Amino acid sequence: MDRVLPAPTPETRHFWDGCKAGELRLQRCADCAESYFPPRPFCPVCGSRQVEVYRASGKARLYSYIINHRPRPDMGAAPHAIAVVELAEGPRMMTNIVGCPQTPEALVLDMPLEVTFQDHGEIALPVFQPVNG
Amino acid sequence: MRPKTVAVVGAAETTRLGRIPDMSAIGLHADAALNALADCGLTPSDIDGVATAGESPIEIARYLGITPTWADSTSVGGCSFMLHVRHAAAAINEGLCSTVLITHGESGHSRIGARRGAPSPSSLQGQFEAPYGVTGPPTAFTIPALRYLKTHKLSVEDLAWVSVIQREWAAKNPRASMKDPITVADVLAAPMIAWPFTRLMCCLVTDGGGALVLTSAERARDFPRPPVYVLGTGESVETPWISQMLDFNYSTAFRVSGAKAFAEAGISHADVDHLMIYDAFAHLPLYGLEDLGFCEPGEAAGFIRERNTAPGGKLPLNTNGGGLSYMHSGMYGMYALQESVRQMRGLAPAQVPGAKISVCHGVGGMFAAAGTIIFSNEAP
Ligand SMILES: [Zn+2]
Repeated sequence: MDRVLPAPTPETRHFWDGCKAGELRLQRCADCAESYFPPRPFCPVCGSRQVEVYRASGKARLYSYIINHRPRPDMGAAPHAIAVVELAEGPRMMTNIVGCPQTPEALVLDMPLEVTFQDHGEIALPVFQPVNG
Repeated sequence: MRPKTVAVVGAAETTRLGRIPDMSAIGLHADAALNALADCGLTPSDIDGVATAGESPIEIARYLGITPTWADSTSVGGCSFMLHVRHAAAAINEGLCSTVLITHGESGHSRIGARRGAPSPSSLQGQFEAPYGVTGPPTAFTIPALRYLKTHKLSVEDLAWVSVIQREWAAKNPRASMKDPITVADVLAAPMIAWPFTRLMCCLVTDGGGALVLTSAERARDFPRPPVYVLGTGESVETPWISQMLDFNYSTAFRVSGAKAFAEAGISHADVDHLMIYDAFAHLPLYGLEDLGFCEPGEAAGFIRERNTAPGGKLPLNTNGGGLSYMHSGMYGMYALQESVRQMRGLAPAQVPGAKISVCHGVGGMFAAAGTIIFSNEAP
């Protein structure tokens, strides 16, 4: 089974182009300064259309997760974490954690993480790895 | 809504529950509907309002031979039926219709005539959640739990206690799918589905259905069974993306829906005799007890462990055994409503003696939506 991948839309294209270029791109409201995710052409806090795309730090912490013991076929056979990380800029996003064992002992809530990008041809998926191994 | 202006006069589940490989989803809708109509002595031609989820109310109306003046296709997941009750009450009060049939049927296990599809890759879910291996409830609904446990310094055993005590209730229900007693050790040793959730912390996957008939409180006295009055109602929606829940320690939709229902009913928590909280997974009763205001944040696990919600406890919870042990077809909210109605009629297998007020709280999607109905068997 081929990996399940996103199909970007006009409103999200900048995010996926950013991933392909090795950048995690967020949006920020010019009126209220709120950063938000997932992408949309207006601020979900105040409704303003005056929003900008910027490069986020890529820093995050592990907010919560599960370890799926019945992985979808495209994710391989071994149990793997499906995680939500909280970005340094505030928004949270779904992701996978790479570069460490997929165990409760290795995956400690609030551990510091940084973004890295997984190449899947036309799409690069943002995933996160522990800082300093 | 205005309390006690509308009542449930007919209620029934499908003739069978569990594994029903010889019936399709729409067939289960119809079986439950005919049982509920028989329960109140009506026929399809007496119905002028139809609400359903999973199927279209158009399809249900034509299939049963109903020509309604009101239809509601609200479909927000497993609590859709709570919202249907709420909307039906408003419609009856406004004179849009007089007698509403709400149906549910789902071939959750056998998948006969069942609908389901993966999210489109260009949807926001398809772009920002599915690529990481999210496939459905076991890999999404479960994600907030570790954060909740850490915030309140709780352990996986606290989740296991929910399953253990609900199994005690299921043992009293002949129609429950799982009735054998289990221990915390059994729950923790069950096959791992999605850490920290073992199979016994996840709901069943079964076939079945249920239906309700509602009318005005004024007319309700003329039916065979004593009316079960709608005392208060609430609903809300939060997010279709679990990763974007406002806070993983509580459900905003639960809080909004519950507070609205209690305010409408004009009751306090001490007035509640019986409680249903939709339990697709073992953490949901913890969130529900706290977000509805029965427990302070972080105290629900201790409340359950100390047997307050168990048989003989002061707040009987999920007395049919819940989605964990009774049945769960996919959209379980209808079965929670059925158990509240049975308790208010005094006909539940695990009857709470003298119960007068029942709170029935449902979740839709994965913390996506909520609906709360408060019932009473006391006449206005
Ligand atoms: Zn703004």
